[in-house]
Amino acid sequence: MYKIAVIGDYDSIYGFATLGLSICPVSTREEARTKLKQLSESEYGIIYITEKAAAELGEELEEYRGRALPAVILIPGVSGNTGAGVDGVKKTVEQAVGSDILFGGVNE
Amino acid sequence: MAAKQVNPTRMELTRLKKKRITAIRGHKLLKDKRDELMRQYLDLVRENMEVRMKVESGIKSANRNFVIAKAGMSEAALNTALMAPKQEVNLEAGEKNVMSVDIPTFEYKTRTADENDIYSYGFAFTSSDLDGAVKSLADVLPDMIRLAECEKACQLMAAEIEKTRRRVNALEHVIIPETEASIKYITMKLDENERSTQIRLMKVKDMMLEEAHHYSEK
Repeated sequence: MYKIAVIGDYDSIYGFATLGLSICPVSTREEARTKLKQLSESEYGIIYITEKAAAELGEELEEYRGRALPAVILIPGVSGNTGAGVDGVKKTVEQAVGSDILFGGVNE
Repeated sequence: MAAKQVNPTRMELTRLKKKRITAIRGHKLLKDKRDELMRQYLDLVRENMEVRMKVESGIKSANRNFVIAKAGMSEAALNTALMAPKQEVNLEAGEKNVMSVDIPTFEYKTRTADENDIYSYGFAFTSSDLDGAVKSLADVLPDMIRLAECEKACQLMAAEIEKTRRRVNALEHVIIPETEASIKYITMKLDENERSTQIRLMKVKDMMLEEAHHYSEK
């Protein structure tokens, strides 16, 4: 049995608490890093992370890409959509196909 | 020419021939695997993009609703209202094997079946905007779970495709040509040896006959 967590700034994620997801408000890069590590080692199956928090983590998210669980998924925060999530999808296409043949024209 | 030094022996030749057959078979299988992975991946990644767009716009409008709700209430009242969630989500994670890639499948269960349990507060002291906001977020949740499933699968499959493609290319452009060159080299060498042995024998025979019959003196 797994749980779902949401990481990000408090304003972006407090709503998810009502749905029964665990919310982990973080404000600094260091906090986000330790929180993500801690969550990924316990029983969380999906970790949603706001694009803003993810941007600060940068390379460290790469480590989770190759693992089956937990799935670390980017979601837009309250401050708006940075397009990092869509870029992530494009990146997988690039990795698989060699170049982005599908969404080259899709730009937010 | 073979880049590597090989022993021109029959044993080595048999070994290399076996290796070539295995390599060709492996190449064919891996190529099929790559093509099938790619086909499934492309379907999945299209869905991934679609769901992502849906989730992103859903969260965006939910966030907007929350901001409005927040504006109509005091910070303290809002925090109190959301402090103790009633609902809980449990996630069941399974595994699906797609062309030897284990992709996770998620199924979620809420602790209680009542869909009104997402409202963890009494309605008396909160604005109605908050109800709408919570509802709009709850509506996105199934799509968010689906997004997690899709996106993870895409990431894992992309990695596998990349790996498989490298293997296919390595077999096609390095292993198979190298083995074939070595095989050719050994065959040539062996043929050459055989010819030289034959010539040597013919020479020896000539010399022996000459010694016995002294043809050249007659």
